Amino acid sequence: MKSYEEINAKIESKKAVVLTAEEIIGYVEKKGLEAAAKEVDVVTTATFGPMCSSGCFLNFGHSKPRIRMTQAWIDEVEAYCGIAAVDVYLGATQLRRNDPANLSYPGEFRFGGGHVIEKLVKGERLELHAQSYGTDEYPLRELRTWFDIGDLNQAIMVNPRNCYQNYNVAINCSERPLHTYLGLLKPNMQNLTYCSAGQLSPLLNDPLYRTIGIGTSVWLAGARGHVYAEGTQHAPTCARGANDVPTEGAGTLALTANMKEMKAKFVRGVSLVGYGVSLALGVGVPIPILDEETLLYTTVRDRDILAPVIDYSSDYPNRTGKVLCRLSYEELKRGEASVLGRTVEVGSLSSYATALEIAHLLKDEIRRGEFLLSRPSQPLPRVQSMKALAVRKKK
Amino acid sequence: MIVTKKLMLSFPKSETEKPIVYHLVKDYGLVVNIFRARVTPEERGYLVLDVTGTEEDIQRGVQFARGLKVDVNETSVGVAWNAEACTHCGNCLPHCPTDALRIADGATREISFDPRACVECLACLENCPYGACSSLF
Repeated sequence: MKSYEEINAKIESKKAVVLTAEEIIGYVEKKGLEAAAKEVDVVTTATFGPMCSSGCFLNFGHSKPRIRMTQAWIDEVEAYCGIAAVDVYLGATQLRRNDPANLSYPGEFRFGGGHVIEKLVKGERLELHAQSYGTDEYPLRELRTWFDIGDLNQAIMVNPRNCYQNYNVAINCSERPLHTYLGLLKPNMQNLTYCSAGQLSPLLNDPLYRTIGIGTSVWLAGARGHVYAEGTQHAPTCARGANDVPTEGAGTLALTANMKEMKAKFVRGVSLVGYGVSLALGVGVPIPILDEETLLYTTVRDRDILAPVIDYSSDYPNRTGKVLCRLSYEELKRGEASVLGRTVEVGSLSSYATALEIAHLLKDEIRRGEFLLSRPSQPLPRVQSMKALAVRKKK
Repeated sequence: MIVTKKLMLSFPKSETEKPIVYHLVKDYGLVVNIFRARVTPEERGYLVLDVTGTEEDIQRGVQFARGLKVDVNETSVGVAWNAEACTHCGNCLPHCPTDALRIADGATREISFDPRACVECLACLENCPYGACSSLF
């Protein structure tokens, strides 16, 4: 048994033993669980992929004369102004003003909220256009200016849902192509898409949320951030394997961090033809090895994690709940997988290569004594299901 | 010895009505596989193709085309992959028909691009969420 305090003391003295969630598999196999649990202090997990429920709060400071923004656009992408005078929230999936969307199907969606966030983190210059109705103390009614992230008082990323514990594998059983948030699905089950870092993914290495909770320190695109709440749609009550690993979506995390500390490589605007825009983010989460049980969970392998294959032509849009089959991430990573007796080509929207890079970056930061772990101030809910939206009359 | 070469032909406005491919096949005995072409009267055009034949016949065909003031490029690549913009997600893999985009090393799962295998179908341009692939034309 190790405590957070003991692990942090070792990190501060640069003596912590840290391995990635990939390296720990072979390490435990070689050393045995008991010995490895005594030696290893931290296992680093990571993921990189589109996370639509992301965005940021920006504070512009006050112009002279003052304006109370009621509508604002950054590089023609609208930011929400229904908060204080010069605070806005910019969402990742917001389209550019006058984007034809899917009027000419499939739409291209070349630029949107996610791309604005990428440009901000890169330090590029952006255009702000704001309007107002004017008040006695905020008389200015329109403003255009250019700014970069250094001009802002605050740029804080606040993401209501990141790091889905597990995710659907999308396939198309119909006879027409589908343009989805999991990419182009060719007709008649010609290809499928998955989106998870599998054995590297944070919540798959702590399936029952023993160490990851509200207040946990995370690496969000290179910045020191933390889990500020359960993620939206957090639904831990679900089908799980004998290893406690969910075989469907399950848990999620709400994350926040300072965008001024982020690295542009891990904050990338996403364009999905026929679907829309989004933001891909890199997240790393350290798992303290408190005991043998926490260590055992981090040794999960791709072959032990199953994802549900769902038909996005009918079962997903109509929410039938039907699962065609389940595939392990080991099977998915072979490039071809078998679904209903057919061989199907596999694509991914989650980058294992980038996740691996993040797991190593976080490992190095912890080894250098630069990243301390934090004990959650509150656990994530462990019993909770996702409610559906009822469309009903008032009475 | 029979070899296959990828050629990129750029037409001046005035030569777009000449049946160049016909002559390559008929006069020089080349097997032609066209990847993509845009040949519109009154505009500059291009033709990207594989030609298969003896080295000698290919060179004679190239000389013939150059004689018509057609620019023949034997090294240019019509589709480019930007390694910096690529996040190595792998969304392109099932859309690339010739595995020009592929995972070179299963351990790191990084994507690599082999321009020699590319047939310029442009599926990667539409399917890359990060705009990592682009076309010369």
